[in-house]
Amino acid sequence: MAKGVSLMSKYETVIGLEVHVELATNTKIFCSCPTEFGKAPNTHVCPVCLGFPGSLPVLNKRAVEFAIKAALALNCEIPSFAKFDRKNYFYPDLPKAYQISQFDLPVAVNGHLEIEVGGQTKRIGITRVHMEEDAGKLVHAEFGDYSLTDYNRTGVPLIEIVSEPDIRSAEEAKAYLEKLKSIIQYTGVSDVKMEEGSLRCDANVSIMLKGSTEFGTRSEIKNMNSFKAVQRGIEYEVKRQAEVIESGGKVVQETRRWDENKGVTYSMRSKEEAHDYRYFPDPDLVPVIVDRSWVDEIKAGLPEMPDSRRMRYISEMGLPEYDAGVITASKAMADFFEAAAAGYHDAKAVSNWLMGDISGYLNGKGKELQDTDLTPAHLVELLKLQDDGTISGKIAKTVFEEMFASGKMPGEIVKERGLVQISDEGAIAAIVDDVIANNPQSVEDYRNGKEKAIGFLVGQVMKLSKGKANPGLANKLLKEKL
Amino acid sequence: MLAKLTVSEALAKLQKKEVSSRELTEAALSRIADVEQEVKAFVTVTKEEALTAASILDDRRLKGETLGLLAGIPMALKDNMCTKGVRTTCSSKILHNFVPPYDATVAELLKSAGTVLLGKTNLDEFAMGSSTENSAYFTTRNPWDTRCVPGGSSGGSAAAVAADEAFFSLGSDTGGSIRQPAAFCGVVGMKPTYGRVSRYGLIAFASSLDQIGPFTKDVRDCALVLNAIAAHDSCDSTSANVEAPDYTSFLDGNVKGMKIGVPREYFAEGIEGEVKDAVRKALDVLVSLGAEAEEISLPHTDYGIPVYYLIAPAEASSNLARYDGVQYGFRAEADNLLDMYKKTRSQGFGAEVKRRIMLGTYALSSGYYDAYYLKALKVRTLIKKDFDRAFEKYDVILTPTAPTVAFQAGTVENPLTMYLNDICTIPANLAGLPALSIPCGFAGKLPIGLQLIGKHFDEGSILRVAYVYEQNSGIERRSPELGKGGVANE
Repeated sequence: MAKGVSLMSKYETVIGLEVHVELATNTKIFCSCPTEFGKAPNTHVCPVCLGFPGSLPVLNKRAVEFAIKAALALNCEIPSFAKFDRKNYFYPDLPKAYQISQFDLPVAVNGHLEIEVGGQTKRIGITRVHMEEDAGKLVHAEFGDYSLTDYNRTGVPLIEIVSEPDIRSAEEAKAYLEKLKSIIQYTGVSDVKMEEGSLRCDANVSIMLKGSTEFGTRSEIKNMNSFKAVQRGIEYEVKRQAEVIESGGKVVQETRRWDENKGVTYSMRSKEEAHDYRYFPDPDLVPVIVDRSWVDEIKAGLPEMPDSRRMRYISEMGLPEYDAGVITASKAMADFFEAAAAGYHDAKAVSNWLMGDISGYLNGKGKELQDTDLTPAHLVELLKLQDDGTISGKIAKTVFEEMFASGKMPGEIVKERGLVQISDEGAIAAIVDDVIANNPQSVEDYRNGKEKAIGFLVGQVMKLSKGKANPGLANKLLKEKL
Repeated sequence: MLAKLTVSEALAKLQKKEVSSRELTEAALSRIADVEQEVKAFVTVTKEEALTAASILDDRRLKGETLGLLAGIPMALKDNMCTKGVRTTCSSKILHNFVPPYDATVAELLKSAGTVLLGKTNLDEFAMGSSTENSAYFTTRNPWDTRCVPGGSSGGSAAAVAADEAFFSLGSDTGGSIRQPAAFCGVVGMKPTYGRVSRYGLIAFASSLDQIGPFTKDVRDCALVLNAIAAHDSCDSTSANVEAPDYTSFLDGNVKGMKIGVPREYFAEGIEGEVKDAVRKALDVLVSLGAEAEEISLPHTDYGIPVYYLIAPAEASSNLARYDGVQYGFRAEADNLLDMYKKTRSQGFGAEVKRRIMLGTYALSSGYYDAYYLKALKVRTLIKKDFDRAFEKYDVILTPTAPTVAFQAGTVENPLTMYLNDICTIPANLAGLPALSIPCGFAGKLPIGLQLIGKHFDEGSILRVAYVYEQNSGIERRSPELGKGGVANE
């Protein structure tokens, strides 16, 4: 371990990420087949996306709009002229044996985003955002020596977001990805779900001696299928490269594959074996002339981005920095927060619920906020019921769980289940008498100066009242009677 | 004989109910039965479907229904245009069993115009060639002399019309594949402006050059067929959204004051004397009718062939990559994926197709791209500019269509010699201009072709000039002597 630490302090890591994001258009990029995920194999296909002889692509304008929208949110410049090129290679999931992509004139260039790592803000450059069509999927037979092809995904629009080699650690890479995901999610142009493949990431990794200005030889790592895998893959690769150099070897330029189970990267192909994609302009498509006013229109339709919201939550709504960061990471969460805070006087209380019970519940169920019936109105009503003494904090948690499960309003749940807090002195006094009679030891302890015993007794009152007794009143009455 | 009628003659008879579509179709099919063993124009004859379609059209006509522009006319399509449910082979082994699930836009347009599909015609494999000798199946013969080739690549479509096996046909022209066989077979053939006719469903050879056009027996028919197929198509991004005029409106017989440019580069060495003489004589006819002719220069003409043989193979190398044995067509058996690819493509493609795939792959390779492909694109622009300059002053440009008349099958072995056949036709493809070939005489038994090149989307002017020439050439339309039981020499 000590060796690892000293090794790592000797080198500086240089990382550039290539992120593919599937655009959530209704139809594919060059034909009118639906893009829906998870349908029976080869049901969303036509001669165009199957690359049948004689078929021709026609660009989906909405896909361009989505790409520009994402690019604008990433602070990119949108050139007025873009074109599509063919990337030629043979593979059975690629029906035309070329992928329509963008080579030298992409839809967007020169952007950036900001990440926070270790309390520091850092700007990561974005070289370009280009559009392309997705490939299909190979299904390898479980038994037997063959593979099947599913072309449903073929032709789903993708953008590839290429970062500058500005990232210096696996941690920064993770922060970049999280930020990128959050920004794209805000624009609404993609689901950005890594587990469904609508967000994919390859990493170019190299190391150099600290203080050096010349980058080392890089390797490209593929097949990292989660944020965690990206972090682990990069960490492994950095260590591997350092060990190669320390043992007198040389890092070679190659493509490596991350093996999630073994936790290692291994070589897929060397630079010499790399494809010559023979890019050339696709003669079946015309150049994309991007009208300035269209870009302005798209820009005007962009929602407020996470950074700006975060600042506003801190300065205008008084949220702690940490809360503001967590809440703005997801647009659904931030939207929920704003709506709830608008109907309730204490933004921090809303934030507590969101970051605490609500997030906990969502994580437990593996759900996203937008997939539930919970609305800001639910939370506001629950908070108010607590404030006016109708329910205790403890009961609030019970109500919350039911509210989440059934979608019913908290007031309704409280009424239906008779959860209204008992604040009637007479009713509580009767219970208090019972508790004093049945717990002589604790009563004795309290009278002998053991202050803590009162807590146990209050607990007993709550238990007997099924949590409905007003705990403050119970405490007061107990003290009076003892 | 019914089969010898032009489209306009046949339409007139149909409208007067002097003849039915069924009779026209039967006449064409019987002509096919009589001469096909000599001509070998068809890869597939759809006899039953044609008769059924003709009968349905006749019924509809009897009921007084409104029918399309070309209702009842039997025709043929080059076998690189997709026809739903009808095998479409590109005359290649690799697509020997390919039955498209959809119609090309032109097939659909001709269907709705009421034409009757007789069958699919032979071509050089994937439209790569100038003689149909590159067909994986057989060589089509020139109806005027069956020892000779019909030209190519649309040799089957040209020969079918010349031999009266079809009233008209469609071909595709990437570097002269309509005009050169039209010249060799003595028919009218037009390559419209790039973007004028949809390429959707045309199996691509070189996407930036391919264009579909008609083969007809005369100029009026050319205008009639163009009326049916010239339309914007939202399925083809390169299809032009330009209104198509009624092309027959240009057939008014007047060329007075029209300016004809005659580029000296098209009369250089390598163009046969008899061809030059026939073309010059044709020009004299037009001048005598009031057209003005001047010699001009298109200085980059010489680069046409080298530029073409970089751009077209480059695009082809990518367009033909999809024939990999995975989804459709021929697949060779092999133990693993890579071998399957290699064997399928080695066995499925013919020599010329492979040559062009290799040429194109090389031209696009990293390290060579700038020197070959990119340079070719730049020279292509220079060739376009030559034409732009000429068309500032002239209405049409007049040249020979091909440097020679049809040659005997099997006599051109050097591919480079074969490529020279397209020396006069390639520039119009590179510049995207409309061009037409019309017969202008004979050298012995064999027809000579005259080419007229027009401005972008000005098919009208070349039709106008061609029509005037046709009406005044003094060359009578005649059919080749066929059907005497002769069998094509193999």
